[in-house]
Amino acid sequence: MVNAITTENVNVFYGDKQAINNISLNFLKNKVTALIGPSGCGKSTFLRCLNRMNDVIEICRVEGKISINDQDIYKDQIEVEQLREKVGMVFQKPNPFPKSIYDNVAYGPRIHGFTDKKNEMDEIVATALKKAGLFEEVKNRLDDLGTSLSGGQQQRLCIARAIAVKPEVILMDEPCSALDPIATSIIEELITELKESYTIIIVTHSMQQAARVSDKTAFFHLGNLIEEGDTTKIFTKPDNQKTNDYITGRFG
Amino acid sequence: MLYPVLFLLLLSVVGFYLNKNKSVYLSKNQKLASLPAYYGYLAFLYIFVPAIIIWLGLLIGKSFILQNYLILTLGDSLSIMNSDEINLFMSKVKNLSLGISFGNETDLEKFAAEKIISFDKIFSLLTYLVLTLSSILAFLIARKKVIPNFKSQRTVEKIVNRFIQICSLIAILITLGIFLSLVFETLNFFSYVNPLHFLFGLNWSPNKAFVIDSAETIDKDILRDAFGIIPLLGGTLLIAFLAMIVAIPLGLMSAIYLAEYAPKKIRDFSKPVIEILAGIPTVVYGFFAALVVAPKIVMLGKSMGFEVSSESALAAGLVMGVMIIPFVSSLSDDVINAVPQSLRDGSYALGATKSETIIKVILPSALPGIIGSFLLAISRAIGETMIVVMAASLQANLTINPLEPATTITTQIVTALTGDTEFDNPKTLVAFALGLTLFFITLFLNYFALKIVKKYREIYD
Repeated sequence: MVNAITTENVNVFYGDKQAINNISLNFLKNKVTALIGPSGCGKSTFLRCLNRMNDVIEICRVEGKISINDQDIYKDQIEVEQLREKVGMVFQKPNPFPKSIYDNVAYGPRIHGFTDKKNEMDEIVATALKKAGLFEEVKNRLDDLGTSLSGGQQQRLCIARAIAVKPEVILMDEPCSALDPIATSIIEELITELKESYTIIIVTHSMQQAARVSDKTAFFHLGNLIEEGDTTKIFTKPDNQKTNDYITGRFG
Repeated sequence: MLYPVLFLLLLSVVGFYLNKNKSVYLSKNQKLASLPAYYGYLAFLYIFVPAIIIWLGLLIGKSFILQNYLILTLGDSLSIMNSDEINLFMSKVKNLSLGISFGNETDLEKFAAEKIISFDKIFSLLTYLVLTLSSILAFLIARKKVIPNFKSQRTVEKIVNRFIQICSLIAILITLGIFLSLVFETLNFFSYVNPLHFLFGLNWSPNKAFVIDSAETIDKDILRDAFGIIPLLGGTLLIAFLAMIVAIPLGLMSAIYLAEYAPKKIRDFSKPVIEILAGIPTVVYGFFAALVVAPKIVMLGKSMGFEVSSESALAAGLVMGVMIIPFVSSLSDDVINAVPQSLRDGSYALGATKSETIIKVILPSALPGIIGSFLLAISRAIGETMIVVMAASLQANLTINPLEPATTITTQIVTALTGDTEFDNPKTLVAFALGLTLFFITLFLNYFALKIVKKYREIYD
């Protein structure tokens, strides 16, 4: 088993307040890892450390070591733009740009200068849309606005947009929380397909979802990592009493 | 003069408490349809509203009553005067009654002044009496309404509602009145000058119309070439264009800096400072343009071998551009800020840098709003008066060379209405036609600007 991302002793502070306490957690390549826990437990904060999205927040400070392919992402071994090329992200609320479907997907490849040729770009866009399971639905209206799609389609467009940059890891921050059950099940199937090619780390509020899609699960509580391990084990016989209480719905 | 109003307010407040107390007393035994305070408000409104209308009526009618009173008491001495003489007599007598004397009054006038003083006393006494009576009557009516199943809250809401309606109606009527007075005077102007000659004429020399001052009949051929608006429109657009060349880049860049790059401290400090630019009185910009900028441009032009007029369109345009920077920067800053953070995050997460995100995501998303801010700024520039009156020329000159003098519609309106004005002469009346044209241009621009801004808002809401 190969690690896609390793983290050691990660601490995160918002101003004086500590949001993450000394977490060390590794993510296996081509597996789906779910981060679960009650609201405010720090799971999203931790996820956003992995592609340095916390940089945007002025008062946020990250300590510890997070490495991808043995490169420390918070040291200057790698530019933040290169990092995000390798580690894509899908957000809670679908956030397509107010551009055409085509331009939404082509945005990343253009930024990173993948190709200048129209036909090659068409190929990249089509491949990404196919992988995100959206191509058949939109192939005749690639010039329509991305914002004109339904919520579930928008979220798959955002996944296609992330895939188009050819990342190694895809971070998903509660990707289904704004979607209806049908759109959710489509995205969940998609996640299972995508792990063939990508390492996926998903934050979710829904324990059923974590149980359905993930191979590994990590349980967070109050900024601490309480327990991690195989999903089946965490959901059937967890070692920690708190984990047991949470997955049986006693709090959270 | 305002004492009757204070008196009325006092009566109304007394009515409020009397009614309120009665309903509080009633509510101890049974449930009332409304809260006690509403019975109080009812009394207040019943007393105040009709009485204030009566008072306004008396105020307006006073001089009419006074005049008739004087005619009755003085009798024959006034009946030999014509209406102009009566007006003169009245204003002289009124001044005298206020103690303003020029020492040349006749006995008749002095007698009339004394009559006015005594009339004033009686009239104000009568006013108070009428107001008190109407208040008592109104209070008695309101008192009758303090019964358990009378919904005074509804009535109060209705009265307040009507009051607000009347306020907005007044605002609309005033706007309409201004517009109609413009239209009628413009039609009057068009009886001298063919509208087509006005709208498409290439010559502007309204002084030609002086020629007809003494003439009995108006020679339309002279007027034909005197009132062409095109040179003014050209000058206006030229100066507005120069202003936009200054305001668009500076305003937009500072908006981008403030919205995206500036630390919070700098933003909190600079945004109000830039907005101060919009608060500087335009007359200050005017003399800044005329006394500082224009001579500098002339000097600079000379040193490079250009012929520059001391009243060049360039000086007025540059300074006007500075004035409208805040319109562009403040509105653009707002629309850039309104672009949701999630779009920025989406772009950053794909590995875009900040500048790539701004150019490829934020500005395109905010573009309609930014264009709206440009249009509002242009309409402001076109309607701006003081700067061009002071810094631009009076010479109508159809040119696109910014170094030459140019005049604007607003400048010519000011010129037409300053000095000796006669409202039977097209030279003066043209101001209304120009005003109406300007009104339509800015209305059109504002309409489109607001429409674009509104459409943009709908995308995210």
